[in-house]
Amino acid sequence: MSGCDACPSNPLRTGKLVAPARRTVAIVGPPNSGKSTLFNALTGLRQKVANFPGVTVEHRIGRAHLDGDQEVDLIDLPGVYSLSPISEDEQVTHDVLTGAMAGIGRPDAILLVIDSTNLARQFTLAAPVLSLGIPTMVLLNLADELRRRGGVLDTEALAQQIGAPVALVSAARGEGLEAVHEFLTGALAVPRPLELPVVQDLPCCREWAGRVGERASYRAPAPPMWTRRLDGLFLHPVGGPLTLAAMMVLVFQAIFSWAQPLIGAVQWAIESSGNWLGSALPDTALRSLLLEGIWGGVGTVLTFLPQILILFLFITILEDSGYMSRAALIADRTMAKVGLQGKSFIPLLSAHACAVPAILATRTIENRRDRIATILIMPFMTCSARLPVYTLVIAAFLPERPLIGPLLGTRAAALMGLYLLGYLAAFTTARLLKSSVLRSEPTPFVLELPPYRLPTLKTVLLTLWDRARVFLYRAGTIILLATIILWGLAHLPLQDGKAPPLEQSVAGTLGRTIEPLIEPLGFNWKIGVGLISSLAAREVIVSTLGTLYGIEGDPESEGLQAALQRELSLGGAVALLVFFAFAMQCMSTVATVRRETGGWRWPLYQFAYMSALAYFGALAANHLVRLVVG
Amino acid sequence: MLQVNFISHPKRRRRHGRSRHHLLSELPIGEEAIVERVELHGPAGRRLMELGFLPGNRVTASGRAPGGDPLIFGVDGALVALRRETAACLTVRRETPGSD
Repeated sequence: MSGCDACPSNPLRTGKLVAPARRTVAIVGPPNSGKSTLFNALTGLRQKVANFPGVTVEHRIGRAHLDGDQEVDLIDLPGVYSLSPISEDEQVTHDVLTGAMAGIGRPDAILLVIDSTNLARQFTLAAPVLSLGIPTMVLLNLADELRRRGGVLDTEALAQQIGAPVALVSAARGEGLEAVHEFLTGALAVPRPLELPVVQDLPCCREWAGRVGERASYRAPAPPMWTRRLDGLFLHPVGGPLTLAAMMVLVFQAIFSWAQPLIGAVQWAIESSGNWLGSALPDTALRSLLLEGIWGGVGTVLTFLPQILILFLFITILEDSGYMSRAALIADRTMAKVGLQGKSFIPLLSAHACAVPAILATRTIENRRDRIATILIMPFMTCSARLPVYTLVIAAFLPERPLIGPLLGTRAAALMGLYLLGYLAAFTTARLLKSSVLRSEPTPFVLELPPYRLPTLKTVLLTLWDRARVFLYRAGTIILLATIILWGLAHLPLQDGKAPPLEQSVAGTLGRTIEPLIEPLGFNWKIGVGLISSLAAREVIVSTLGTLYGIEGDPESEGLQAALQRELSLGGAVALLVFFAFAMQCMSTVATVRRETGGWRWPLYQFAYMSALAYFGALAANHLVRLVVG
Repeated sequence: MLQVNFISHPKRRRRHGRSRHHLLSELPIGEEAIVERVELHGPAGRRLMELGFLPGNRVTASGRAPGGDPLIFGVDGALVALRRETAACLTVRRETPGSD
């Protein structure tokens, strides 16, 4: 490496930040160095953050308000190890920094966020970033962790060497952000650089980073003890898989048992407000719309909010603690068997929340064929919109009995079975794809394992609050709209100025038209109407059935569960669950797949394949159950 | 050639143990070594280098996944997991020769 000493210095074009109307400042840094956390701290926005590399895959713009009524537009970017992109998320960062991204000019300044607990490697990125010639401030993030583990660094000396302002910050705690504000207002003096290495040569940059760190008296922090101890458990040959299984059992049991009191409370609130409304309003069409349509439909969906929040509580803890990468590591061997790699497992896990962001998260997968295969199996992962359907049908047909003492009941076990069914479908499909149309050379699996961190109460609560808002927003928009349309279709055409019997309404006619097709699955025409409406969003089937049964019967005397027991045979109920496990009833997913694969070809194949699998799977389930139960 | 022998013939490995060159995939857990060569080209090789698997840099075998693969290495103060086959593309030099 002697050639490195001969690296010609690359004088940095420095200068004050000129102040046009609004400057743009890009936040750049290696993956998982805390860029989005900083972005959130400066803009007050709530971009998703978690403790694993590759959380941010798109650029996001947010406004930061500075002193003296100044404003800057901050651009949060996906993490990069260098400025030579390999995957699509890295391409985004590259394009923004070079000014190639449509709609965004070259940024006026850069905030380079570096994990200070790992300077030698992370600082390597500083070389190519500084030589872009854009005014840059280096933020050494995670200063609190550096201190706690006994690491030190002379920021003055570092700033002197690289000719850019440097500050130790903790974005998560808001420490040291005053310096960032000063830099952004253009008040900080920018010292002259001494030397910068040739940018193309990675070993050169790396040696430069090591040297710069040494001269800044960098003492690396002690290795995180807790990470070593926890990995000893979570990656233990026996203890690791057992812990993973135990955690899954806990999640499913919690969804059924912990949520119960909360569900009861929500149900009570909806029922009593419905009763009050029913007695307060005159018997008009409006009263019927409110009670049968909105209270019976949207209200039913709302009762599932507690369960969804419990699911998200677990997902958030997994993502923020650093366990996510370990789960991917444990899954890598299974993934290798189906022709994918452990990296695909992280998006697949987050798809338990929703497939749409999970499909975006596949941008971190470098190999395009692996990426498409991962996208194509994504909707088989049980998303939170399936949860209301699953828990409704399970609770209606399966009595709760303890299986392993109080640890696992029959209902939680059934729910777990449905999740496993989703995995089975996903992995079989991946295997088929990877051994045929999407065959490719195996790509090397390289995954960084972040240190474990205790999720902060604030992030967890904010995430839950955000998820609750998303859920309520959906209930108030798409589900409400679908419910109102359905209520209308169930009351038209008017006969002698009055609503027709349900069977003769437009909705009824629609259901009866497809009834011959779905009868072999054990579904009647009302379930058929539910299936059609659930194309808008999966949980709409719950509101649809709530509305239909509300119109037909007296909703107070007969709950949705009792109505389902009357309408569906056991075979039909199992078939309904299987149908929902396999079908791709989600238009936003179809649209996202189209966008991410660049055309209609893949989403259309995917939709057809999943629909066929759902239909024939449900058919088989119905007949199998009938054969067994008689 | 020597490297293939390492994998398939444990006895011969002991004989060659005096040679200080090993495959990274063969580094016993807890041991440190210096990266010698990265025989992996294209984007994957570059990614490994970006993560610190650079000639002259120190790596530690810190553990493995429950199934024995992938392997976990400590490099530059961070943990990085590689599949065994990928780790076999790197040769390392042990600090204390012949200690296995």
